[in-house]
This record gives sequence, structure tokens and C-alpha cells, in this order.
Amino acid sequence: MKSLIQKLVETPGPSGFEYAIRDVIREAIADAADEIRVDALGSLIARVGTKTDEGMRVMVSAHIDEIGLMVTHVDANGFVRFTNIGGINPLTCYGGRVLFMDGTQGVIGMDVIGPGKMPKLSDLFIDVGATSKDDCPVKVGDVCGFERPFLDLGKRMVAKSMDDRIAAAVAIEALRRLEHTPHEVHFVFSTQEEVGLRGATTAAYGVDPEVGFAVDVTRSGDTPRFSPKMATALGDGPAIKVRDSSFIADPRLVDWMIKAAQAADIPYQLEVLEAGGTDGRAIQLTRSGVPAGCVSIVCRYVHSPSEMVDSDDVENAVKLLVKLLSEPIILG
Amino acid sequence: MTNKLEMSAGKLPEIGASQIALLEKLCNATAVSGDEHEVRQIVLEAVKLIADEVKVDALGNVLATKFGRSDKRVRVMLAAHMDEIGLMVVKKHEDGVFEFVRVGGIDERQLPGKPVLVGREHLPGVIGAKPIHLTTAAERKNKIDESAMRIDLGPEIGEKVKPGDRATFATRFELLGPSIRAKALDDRFGVATLIELLKHAPDQIDLLAAFTVQEEVGLRGARVAAYALDPDMAIAVDATPAYDLPPWDDEDENDRYNTRLDAGPAIYVMDFGTIPDRRLVNWLVETATQDEIPYQLRQPGGGGTDAGAIHKVRSGIPSVSVSVPVRYAHTAASIARLDDWANTLRLLHAALGRVTPNLLVGERRG
Repeated sequence: MKSLIQKLVETPGPSGFEYAIRDVIREAIADAADEIRVDALGSLIARVGTKTDEGMRVMVSAHIDEIGLMVTHVDANGFVRFTNIGGINPLTCYGGRVLFMDGTQGVIGMDVIGPGKMPKLSDLFIDVGATSKDDCPVKVGDVCGFERPFLDLGKRMVAKSMDDRIAAAVAIEALRRLEHTPHEVHFVFSTQEEVGLRGATTAAYGVDPEVGFAVDVTRSGDTPRFSPKMATALGDGPAIKVRDSSFIADPRLVDWMIKAAQAADIPYQLEVLEAGGTDGRAIQLTRSGVPAGCVSIVCRYVHSPSEMVDSDDVENAVKLLVKLLSEPIILG
Repeated sequence: MTNKLEMSAGKLPEIGASQIALLEKLCNATAVSGDEHEVRQIVLEAVKLIADEVKVDALGNVLATKFGRSDKRVRVMLAAHMDEIGLMVVKKHEDGVFEFVRVGGIDERQLPGKPVLVGREHLPGVIGAKPIHLTTAAERKNKIDESAMRIDLGPEIGEKVKPGDRATFATRFELLGPSIRAKALDDRFGVATLIELLKHAPDQIDLLAAFTVQEEVGLRGARVAAYALDPDMAIAVDATPAYDLPPWDDEDENDRYNTRLDAGPAIYVMDFGTIPDRRLVNWLVETATQDEIPYQLRQPGGGGTDAGAIHKVRSGIPSVSVSVPVRYAHTAASIARLDDWANTLRLLHAALGRVTPNLLVGERRG
């Protein structure tokens, strides 16, 4: 599974520009899915199974976009100004490297802003090695992602885009391992989550699910001092979301997910995320409303170029997702 | 405003005296979000002879359809919002003085001392300001809060005003040589452009023109309009700020211009609400290049258009935006160029003429 994860996290795909990562995922699931389609916003939707009397139409959504940058201006000396695609922390930008969709590479420099000051995005620029506007290979509207190789620390793994490629890996692996399901499961590899759950919004309308799960990363509360006020920790198992700032998981579904984890002897933790949202909201609010929950993978340093997850959490998230999809869903 | 002679589909659209007169009428009308009646009447009058179908939906959007004639017609939605930013009267005081709130994005600093027109009768008033004789140096450094400002219409006229009435800046449309000075060019430019495109709609598409309401308060009209029209693709036609003034004192290059006047229609690559389908961006850029129509890419960043609501409707609608660049948007008076408007119309007309089902074949690639 680690080689799949490496491939997923190293393929660039900022929001709106998910075509390369979509191709990687399509290849990974081609043999296991019953039907694959792509909707107007670029989400890859793979159906597995057919609905039985005990089954439902279930949507599982993992987003395949990542945060990135878009060029706003190339100056006379060939320096490139940019804006954010999704939530970029300027603090993690300086000295970083970027990869444009056409393969062009660059580094991020910073204006002199004085000691002790935090940079704003407008204080930063990309240097692609050009000497003037004329020989600069990028232009306004071009898109890049952060470039950082996958780092395997054994039990822990680090990458620029664990959010949310690790969930894509979990969904792919669950799709492959799912042998028997009473449900018609639609695995949605959604686009444009980081800019407002847009891909999941249109995919949920198209799938018209009876129940839905997002799979995403969540923050960890286990780092030194002033860590987020959360009970979650790396290695304590996949997190069953109770709420985040975008939606409140259906409490019947939360109870049922907890019982399923206990029955299968899969470690789990409960998640209350104060600042952050997931595709669960888009599923819950589509059409007439849908019971929705979320399986989260706890992640340190979210939205930095070095997001860290735990290998056992990832494996247990796959097991939990397979368990959830293998039996009838009972909503209390 | 319209006559049968202007309706031949083969003729190229252009900006002449009648188009400018229509824009003037549109800009001088009052249509603050939620009460778009006055502009809607002008639109209905203008499209009734040109569109094949016209309806007004529950939120007040005007949906005007011009059907093409070929077999495989692409359903193209064009959206331009009828509403404008403005003020709403909330509380009456003595002597025809009223408290108000802003509707849509207005900088409070733009308000003191500005003449306004209140209600459907366009009653004249002013947002009062303390004269310099009476202010202290400290007061002059501070911004005045909306809650401290009043609209003053005097006792007699004030009797006709009630809470809920809308008000706009009193600015009247003026031609300044190659330029226009007016309020509400955002988005009466789009409204006037859609009317011209309906007159000159190409045969191989169904042109679904949505004159939308409540854009300035959250793209509300466009959302339901797109749901009803269920198009194959959509273009929001709007106005966007130009900030093409000289660079700051300590910088040698303006890198935050958003758009520039005289550089042609602004094609969007990303704003706060939408990452447009690049197939549509490329289609517009290629059309402009081949037909030698000036264009610019709007700097990606904040702001938004009706496309932000439209592209998320149902199972998703490939969408893009094109705007006329306008200096001083969302203030009492904007400046824009006639040529930029004419080139926006030319670009959209030429691009619509090139729409084929192949434009959206396959998958979105960015």
C-alpha cells in the first residue's frame, strides 16, 4: 500500500486541476470497479455492487485535490507573484519548492519585510530561474503545487498532500478489498474540496445517495504545547467524526459506526474538530438531505508541506471502511 | 429601444447610439438587490420582441430563451445580474431623516456627503455629513460608521419614504468622450450585453439568457435560474474592478491591478467562487486571438460572479466568466471605456458562434 500512497501524494493536483491524479486513481481501481464515470466538475465516481433488499445507495467521498498556488503576475525581472488555491499558510511557503502542471519548477522567495514580522502571501514570490518577463516560462493563470517527496519514517509517513490523498488511498484500498456488500456503493474521488466542497456538491446531487461517508484527514491534539483542543492522537486508530465546523454527523450513524468498530475489534477514536470541514457537509445537504458521517485519519501539520499520518491508523481506516460497507446500515 | 431591423441574426452586433441609450436607461434605473423591478421592466420590454420564450421566475429572474435552428444545439446559459449594491431605509426620525443599512458590498467611507435617490419614485436626498467648520482634526482622521449616518430628504419628501425602501447613489449616466461615467455599470454592462446577444444569437445554440436578481447579496438568483434552465454550459457576464493606476510610491511595478482599462474583456481563470473549466477559458482566448479581439486575463483572486452559483447546480455545469473592466466599482461613480464594452460584446458573439458539442466532449482537464 505504501507504493500506492507514494504515487498518490507525489502526483500534483491543486483544486480544479485534478486530471493527473484522477488518471492515477482510475488506473488503480479499473479492475475492481463495476462502473466508472467522471462528472462535469471532474470528480471520478466508481460504482461497486448492486443494491439488495438490505442495502442502500451509499456515497463514500475522498477528495483528490490539494492546496496550491496560481500565478497573478510576472514582473519585468521574471519574478512570479501568486495567489492561493485553498488554505495556504504563508509561514510554510518561504524556501519551499513548487511544481507547475507543465513540469516547470521553482522556489519561493520573500520580500524584505523586517524582523519579527509574519509574511503575507503578497510578500512572497516564485523564482523559476527566469531573468525577465520574456524568458519566464509561466504566465498569469498557471497553477502549481508544492513539491516535496514522500517520506517513509516506518510507522509514520510524511507528505505534502496527505490531505487528502491518504483518504484516497484508504478509499481505493477499501474498494479493492470489498468482497461482499449489500449496497450500491459509489466511491467518489471528489474535486475542489479545498475551495469549498464543490466537487462533492455536484457528485452528491448526481449519485443521490441514501447515506454517505466522507473520508478525510483531521487534526491531531498530540503535539507539544498549544496543540489543537482535540482528543485525537496519531496511532489511536481511525477517528469517527462527531462534528466539525461544516457539519454535524448524523448521531444514529455515529453510534452505528462505533458499534461496527467495536464488533470488528478495530481501534477507533472520536473526533470533534473545531475548525475544518469535509465533503460530509455536501453529502448531508444535497437534494432532500442525507444522513452523513465521516471516517478521519488523524494528521499532524495539516496544510503544511509535511503532513504526518500513522501507518496503523491508515490500515485500520481501511478495515473500518470495509466493515461499514459490508453489512446493512442500521440507523437506530 | 429595439426595432425589427436590428434583429437579423447574421449581422454583427455593435455598440451604437441605441445601445448606449439603453445602457443609460439601465444605469439610471434603481434596482437594489431584492427590488429589481425597474430594471426588470426595461429588460422585459427589450427582450419581448427578440426572445422566443420569456418568463419571470419566483425570485424575479428574467429567463429569456432564443432557440437555435440546427439539430444538435448546445444549451448555453448567459447570466447577467440586474441588481446593484445600494442602501435600505430602516428607521424614520423627525424632519425626513432616516437611518439605513447597506445592501451588498459598499465601503462605509464612500457614503458621507453623497446625493441619493430613494424608493421607486427616485426621491432626492443626501447622506448627511458634518461640515468641516464643525469637525475636529481627530474626527477627520476617523471613518464614520454606518450607524452614525443618516439619509436626509427633508420633512415633506420624507413623508413618502418608509422602512424597506431602497436607495442608490444619485449619479446620472454621462458619456465622457471614449468613456462612460455612471453608477451600477456592475452589472448593467452585462444586462445590456445579453440583450444584444439575444438579438444576434447564432443558430447552433439555444441561448438561455438569465437576467438575475440578488447577485450582490450572494448569487441567489443565479442559483435557481441555473436549476430551472439546466444548461450544458454557462457564462457569467459581469463587470470587474480595474485598478490600473500608477504603482505605489515605493514600488516600481503595479502587480495588483486586477484588470486594466483599454485592455479588452477580462476572462476569468479563478475567483473566490469559481475555478472555471479551462476548456471554456481556452475557447474564449482562442476566439479572441483568431479574431484579433483584445482581451485580458483577470488576475486570479477574490471577488465572484454568478458562475460561482451556477457551476455547482445539479450535477455540475461547466462555467466561465467574462467581465467589462470598470474603475471604482461599488462606489458612487465608475469609469469604463466604450471600447472595452464593444470588445466584450464582440468576443462573446464570436465565441458563441464557435460553440459545438465538441467543446465539452470528454473530461474536464483543469
